[in-house]
Amino acid sequence: MKPAPFAYLRPECLQDALEAYADHADDAKILAGGQSLIPLLSMRLAAPTMLIDINRLTELSYVHTDASGVRFGALTRHAQIEHDKRANRAQPLLRKALRSVAHPTIRNRGTTVGSIVHADAAAEMPAVLRLLEGSVTLRSHEGSREVGAEDLFVGPLETSLAAGEIATEIFMPALPAGAGVAFEEISRRRGDYALCGAAAIVQTDPGGAVTSVKTGYLSVSETPLVLDLSDAFDDGELSQTNLTGAGELASAAVQPETDIHATADYRRQLAGVLTKQVIEQAHNHASARTIGGSQ
Amino acid sequence: MSDPTTADTDGETMHHVRLSVNGATYDIEVPARRLLSDAVRQDIGLTGTHVGCEHGVCGACTVLVDGVPMRSCLMFAVSAEGQEVTTVEGLGDADGSLGAVQQAFKDCHGLQCGFCTPGFLTTITACLRDNPDPTREEASEMVAGNLCRCTGYQNIVSAVLRAAELQGAGCATKPEHAAQEAQA
Repeated sequence: MKPAPFAYLRPECLQDALEAYADHADDAKILAGGQSLIPLLSMRLAAPTMLIDINRLTELSYVHTDASGVRFGALTRHAQIEHDKRANRAQPLLRKALRSVAHPTIRNRGTTVGSIVHADAAAEMPAVLRLLEGSVTLRSHEGSREVGAEDLFVGPLETSLAAGEIATEIFMPALPAGAGVAFEEISRRRGDYALCGAAAIVQTDPGGAVTSVKTGYLSVSETPLVLDLSDAFDDGELSQTNLTGAGELASAAVQPETDIHATADYRRQLAGVLTKQVIEQAHNHASARTIGGSQ
Repeated sequence: MSDPTTADTDGETMHHVRLSVNGATYDIEVPARRLLSDAVRQDIGLTGTHVGCEHGVCGACTVLVDGVPMRSCLMFAVSAEGQEVTTVEGLGDADGSLGAVQQAFKDCHGLQCGFCTPGFLTTITACLRDNPDPTREEASEMVAGNLCRCTGYQNIVSAVLRAAELQGAGCATKPEHAAQEAQA
């Protein structure tokens, strides 16, 4: 099918976009990469009466990295961040997760900010934002505000963005010293939606003991899910016993649903297995960074 | 704010769009909802770009936008204004002979029905520009976002390696090697 008719605006600067969106907040959608929006339009699952195309707002296409973390704009394509060496030195989870976002061709066009505010709990980057406790800058005709990841996702494909607000920037905190990250997902075919995916951030102290373990999940909850599994490692050891305990906690905590691709039970089992894998990998990553002094 | 020339036809606003495709300029009148894939095929008449799933999964409609592979079914023609689009018709050599990737598909029997082939050719052309000497695994990764229901992919992966050979320094080709892989 083809999209239903819509009015089309292509502002040349952010201020024009914000003003247009303020005037049409109820019936307009923002078009950035369009890799999720255009299929929805073509399948007529969405039929906004106006699209505001922000692809000319080159001021929103950047990756800025400093000691605190990585900032990128609403027009920054997935591939730009994936291939940005400074950004991935500061926060290696970005590339680890971005490599699983659809296919390279989709990543050439799709934007990471757009994917995050699309708020699909089966997508990689919303889970990464939640796990890293990043934030999003929202701009409207009236001003600007910052929203933390924990307050952004309110339901399936639903965020706390108010009418007329455009997500202009995402901030992903840098990886602290002594910490490591990992990302894994299982999908039917490479690039498909994950049946289940998991990311981990493991913090170790200078002696190598585990001090904090957090995991994030996709495709097993209505909104991106983050678990604090530190209690499973309260002796500071990355033992098989502790890993098994963490996997069991994760399996019990996720709320997957059955669909034609996998049963809820299978996804629950995957969540447990992936939890163990990503925690172990993130711990190895932390150790390697401590020894190697970088990535 | 950009405001392309508009005219009403059947009640729907039409946009005047100037597209640059394979080095030629085309002026077309399209509604904003016209997908780039449909504009290339219907409004410009270049039917080499194929439309399979029309929601970004199959890869048949892949074109190069400023040299970068993108799904033309996941872009609107109005959005592509000012960018250089390359379709499969633009991959041949200047003298009209097959380009290296096209020749490699022929050599290695990298196609059967040919429906998916334009998307593979554009994708591989761009990928070989970034990585001119891929391993078999990297070649497989290059085509992972394109679906083919005839070949089973082995010959397509062989064609990627053969194209790399054809494009390689001094065309130091090893046709026997490629032909053997094609039969494997």
